[in-house]
Amino acid sequence: MAKELTPQEMLRIDLSPPTQDWMDIPVEIKPGIYCYPAKPEKIEIVGMPNPHEWNPLDDDWNLPEGWKETFLEGMRERLDKHRSFKIFMDICVRCGACADKCHFFLGSGDPKNMPVVRGELIRSIYRGEFTKAGKILGRLAGGRKLTEEVLKEIWSYMFQCTECRRCSLFCPYGIDTAEITIIGRELLNLLGLNINWIQEPVANCYETGNHLGLLPHTFVQNIEFLLMDIEEFVGIKIEPSFNRKGAEILFITPSGDVFAEPGIYTLMGYLMIFEHIGLDYTWSTYACEGGNFGFFTSLEMAQRLNAKMYHEAERLGVKWILGGECGHMWRVVHQYMNTFNKPVPTMEEPVSPITGTKFENAKSLKMVHMSEFTADLIKHGKLNLDPSRNDHYKVTFHDSCNPSRGMGMFEEPRYIIKNVCNHFYEMPENTIREQTFCCGSGSGLNAGENMELRLRGGLPRANAAKYVHEKYGVNMLANVCAIDRAVLPASMEYWCPEMQVAGVSELVANALIMEGEGPRTMNLRGEEIPGRAPAEEESEGNEDV
Amino acid sequence: MGIIVSLGAVLAIMVVAWIGGSISGLQPIFGVLVPYAAFAVFLIGFCRKVVYWAKSPVPFRIPTTAGQEVSLPWIKWAKLDNPSTTAGVIGRMFLEIFCFRSLFRNTRADLRSGYLYYSPSKWLWLFAIGFHYAFLIIALRHLRLFVHPIPGFVETLDAVDGMFQIGIPPIYLTDLLFIGAVTALFCRRIFLSKVRFISLPADYFPLFLLLGIGITGLLMRFVFRVDIVSVKQLANGLASLHPTVPDNLGAIFFIHVALVSTLFAYFPFSKLMHMGGVFMSPTRNLANTNRMKRHENPWWTPPKFHTYEEYEDMYRDLMKEAGLPLERE
Repeated sequence: MAKELTPQEMLRIDLSPPTQDWMDIPVEIKPGIYCYPAKPEKIEIVGMPNPHEWNPLDDDWNLPEGWKETFLEGMRERLDKHRSFKIFMDICVRCGACADKCHFFLGSGDPKNMPVVRGELIRSIYRGEFTKAGKILGRLAGGRKLTEEVLKEIWSYMFQCTECRRCSLFCPYGIDTAEITIIGRELLNLLGLNINWIQEPVANCYETGNHLGLLPHTFVQNIEFLLMDIEEFVGIKIEPSFNRKGAEILFITPSGDVFAEPGIYTLMGYLMIFEHIGLDYTWSTYACEGGNFGFFTSLEMAQRLNAKMYHEAERLGVKWILGGECGHMWRVVHQYMNTFNKPVPTMEEPVSPITGTKFENAKSLKMVHMSEFTADLIKHGKLNLDPSRNDHYKVTFHDSCNPSRGMGMFEEPRYIIKNVCNHFYEMPENTIREQTFCCGSGSGLNAGENMELRLRGGLPRANAAKYVHEKYGVNMLANVCAIDRAVLPASMEYWCPEMQVAGVSELVANALIMEGEGPRTMNLRGEEIPGRAPAEEESEGNEDV
Repeated sequence: MGIIVSLGAVLAIMVVAWIGGSISGLQPIFGVLVPYAAFAVFLIGFCRKVVYWAKSPVPFRIPTTAGQEVSLPWIKWAKLDNPSTTAGVIGRMFLEIFCFRSLFRNTRADLRSGYLYYSPSKWLWLFAIGFHYAFLIIALRHLRLFVHPIPGFVETLDAVDGMFQIGIPPIYLTDLLFIGAVTALFCRRIFLSKVRFISLPADYFPLFLLLGIGITGLLMRFVFRVDIVSVKQLANGLASLHPTVPDNLGAIFFIHVALVSTLFAYFPFSKLMHMGGVFMSPTRNLANTNRMKRHENPWWTPPKFHTYEEYEDMYRDLMKEAGLPLERE
């Protein structure tokens, strides 16, 4: 849609806002930045309100009758339900600490992408419609009335935020723009104003259990294809089980890893690790989606999709759930799932059947992250590893926003990588761990039509990757997130073409020495491992990590 | 526009107080009634705001985790940046409230020839913490006017604050810090384009108010020397609820009092409530125990979801064909 910009053109970014008052700058909904609207039938499937045809580029959005009251009533209801929302509406001092922390602001220079302004879009309505001073003094008190123009502005910027929480880290009062965006999107959803890239996966996930709407047999077949690849590249035949009652563990991962590169290699990694340790586990075709696009719609929808995990765990009688590598899945699982659901009495506190380690930090929820599980396996020497098979990779680790700032998982994936790869380099410290940058396409903004927005939002991450690429020759961006795996390849191709993207479990499986395996001259991608084919050569000496 | 309106409002308050303070018949209004009313508005307004916030529940446990979570026993855990215990949360909140921990993290980003650079940026933190501590100490020092006998710690503060004995009467370090920090915070809003862009009248107004308070305070001490005995008499009277208005107080004193009163009365309805809000911010004051302990949501309702039975009914034939186990054939 949008004119193709070269990286040089894209980089002409002015981070100094105009002198104009932000309320006087009209909203502009631009191709390349906005996502297509939700199709009414996809809204109907899950019974959400006000499905209707509309186009963001039109003047008339066919808003439902009484839309203003619906929005304001919804706001009032959410103020009563969330202390966070109330406080965040009241206490921002506009100090500006968050201003240059947002990847969308850094990549676009659009001043309304400064987190403080994103918040002010809604705060101005709060002041203008809910507080006495704002009702009387209007703009003098920072208040605005909710008009169609204002609604369009809110829509535009609620879908230019990936809920990554980087701004909240720097806020002296912990004001979390993700919280404001979550509620802002809920309000827009009351009016049927979602984007289709979120709504369709939600509808699919609700019925078939996964984003793409893969039917049960297709889901199984897709995994069977990957099993054939493993047989070819590794020489091991694996026969996992599906929907098996009585398994000890239920494994759930984002469905993105079932069908798309490079996520499928991560999934092959899971299969190989579980086979290697002889894990008694099962897949489910019903609860076959770890990701939760409902979270980008409304907390209620997030709860409705998330409920399937425990429901299936109870039906199958498993002791606990192991969760694959995924970002927002883990935000929902870690911070919301235990509140969304009543406990399942038949489940047990998670214990690794291989090492006996009790996962004390997950004793109530009974769900463990793949990286926690794998790190424990490696610590106990349960994985037989040859890291030199990954010697052609110089690896860095991209901390995904959600496991970083909504959970705090930093060391486990690094420990794993350092054990399965000989060459590991960190990106600059202001771009990793709790200060990590979003991939640029999280929270359901990984559509095709908003590619310019994605590339702009992806700039800070890509820029740091480029830095280590140029300095150390890093060529592999490892991560623990299915959206990262889906979107970083495009961002890297644009900003740093030499960089590949892989899930951590793929790197583990590359290094994994399995009993009865073949010569292992190829990696999981079916590429020859340099120096190993066709005749075995000596492995090179290990370099420092 | 915001600047001019805010400055105008503060000047108007000063003029009114100047006129009122110069007319002896109105002095009880500006010396007694206004401060009492302002303080009452402050107390009631502050409490009401806190109660208003507290009435909304915290449905989800959503700390912003700023360090390694508690995990496997051999992994080093960031006890303060990602607390999972009450002690850890208290520690984190202490650092936030007394050291402005999050603000201390501040960085600035610059885009130069295609590369983003991040450098530590402590100015905002420095101005903010300088202002807040100066203001706190100045407020505590003022207790010497209200309380009789003067508490020991106030005497100590006074002595330390004036220890350099510059000028007669000696100038307080905190006075200089206060004026300097408020001016710096104001300059940020004027000269930094991003901060100017986001600033509202509600951001300039309190700064002008504070600057006015500081300047009138200094003027009283060094220029229009106000009779300190009379000031004490009034302040003591206010504190003991037996107010009297001595007749030799200058207009400058009434301007100072009016500005302080405005600050008090304005406080509960403004962003200044961050003072109360910071204690209640759910991203900071909650322990990261999400998977260890169940957090209840008071408005929880059971989810309406697509159950396994419905799913199997929908896809039974396909599942059978794929050899998947079924609940019902």
